[in-house]
Amino acid sequence: MTDLFSKFDGLIEQRRALLSTGVTDPFNLVMEKVISPTVAVCNGRETILLGTYNYMGMTFDPDVIAAGKQALDEFGSGTTGSRVLNGTYAGHRAVEDALKDFYGMDHAMVFSTGYQANLGIISTMAGKGDYIVLDIDSHASIWDGCKMGDAEVVPFKHNDIVAMEKRLKRIPEGAGKLVVLEGVYSMLGDIAPLKEMIAVAKAHGAMVLVDEAHSMGFIGPNGRGVAEDQGVLDQVDFVIGTFSKSVGTVGGFCVSNHPKFEILRLVCRPYVFTASLPPSVVHTASTSIRKLMHAADKRAHLWENSRTLHAGLTQRGFTLGTKTPQSAIISVIMPDLERGAMMWEALLHEGLYVNLARPPATPAGMTLLRCSLCAAHSAEQVQTIIGMFERAGKAVGII
Amino acid sequence: MDRAATAEKIAELIEPFNKKGVAISDATTFAGDLEWDSLTVMDFVAAIEDDFDIIISMNQQAEIETYGQLIDAVTKLQG
Repeated sequence: MTDLFSKFDGLIEQRRALLSTGVTDPFNLVMEKVISPTVAVCNGRETILLGTYNYMGMTFDPDVIAAGKQALDEFGSGTTGSRVLNGTYAGHRAVEDALKDFYGMDHAMVFSTGYQANLGIISTMAGKGDYIVLDIDSHASIWDGCKMGDAEVVPFKHNDIVAMEKRLKRIPEGAGKLVVLEGVYSMLGDIAPLKEMIAVAKAHGAMVLVDEAHSMGFIGPNGRGVAEDQGVLDQVDFVIGTFSKSVGTVGGFCVSNHPKFEILRLVCRPYVFTASLPPSVVHTASTSIRKLMHAADKRAHLWENSRTLHAGLTQRGFTLGTKTPQSAIISVIMPDLERGAMMWEALLHEGLYVNLARPPATPAGMTLLRCSLCAAHSAEQVQTIIGMFERAGKAVGII
Repeated sequence: MDRAATAEKIAELIEPFNKKGVAISDATTFAGDLEWDSLTVMDFVAAIEDDFDIIISMNQQAEIETYGQLIDAVTKLQG
């Protein structure tokens, strides 16, 4: 008998070798108690959270929590059904209305996760004979959406406008074209030149989908994302987003002005063949989204945090994923996985949690310590974080 | 361009990517013999696409495992 698990032997051996050095398993951490959006207890120690995507700190917002509790009392713990059968409650409509208001768009469709939003929208829209042109550093959910559909998939080099245009030019006359971009790329925290890329896509007759998962809530004058910030949101056909970052719960969505958009509710399998979000989740989400519309002060503070951390780490000799702070993600490039894991553990002992990211999730085989800042991090916390990085970096010999 | 001319051009294009100097035949595999990672594959595919002015989609790439299969595919894609 061929063991179907033998294909994982390489990874199993890599993990064994890493853990045999005595380092704490970076992919098995438990948050024993969560004190606030920025502090939790891990291994009995109070730990500053710097790797949660909880950009706007909405997870403990009193209005958000009250909305969730009320929904639990009034609507129960779950819907036990698909959105197209018994799973659409008043709260699901309300959160879609909140999204339409937030983005100023005609249609909004809510999925059970952000992953499913990309999976469903991309695989349903781009079918046999159509072409998907996408950035090579796209998120796994985008790639999986491509794989699930029957379209021809054509990647181009990260953020390379010329490479994208060359591919668009070669697509056969009359074929349907979908260009898939992200506002913020989550591994290095860099943003896309959406203004230029969308202009090229439109010139070649392509529809444009932009994943704004990592920009919602704080990039752009109204927190609508990178496309809004660059003044081209009206050129975007489909915006994909998530509730599991700035919104502070779980769920995914697509908003659009396409006049036929609503038909997707009947033909999109990851929307139809799964249970809808629990009432408490959609009520917390709509309360949070409506509060995010009026969060200019928090946005300004988050940007301040991002600039301070970027400058502080650069000054102390760390190599970062971007030369300038472009988002709330600051990625620290590690020399290799071993020292990355050692640095991660040294930070944890200091009382700081960051994400350890490694291939295949990362571009170019890099090992990264990915930091995501929160509007609820105080200026003092950011200084504390910089000090922790400095001590850990020296202990591990990275700086 | 016929298969022979296509093969000659591809032999030229693969040169800078064959850093280990592996002896290449039609049976040479990209993942196994050349040990290319996904980034090298992307750059090499882009070089071929740009030179021949064609698209080799991911779907088509999945069918191409050997050097010989690549030459066949590029010969065909030029129409």
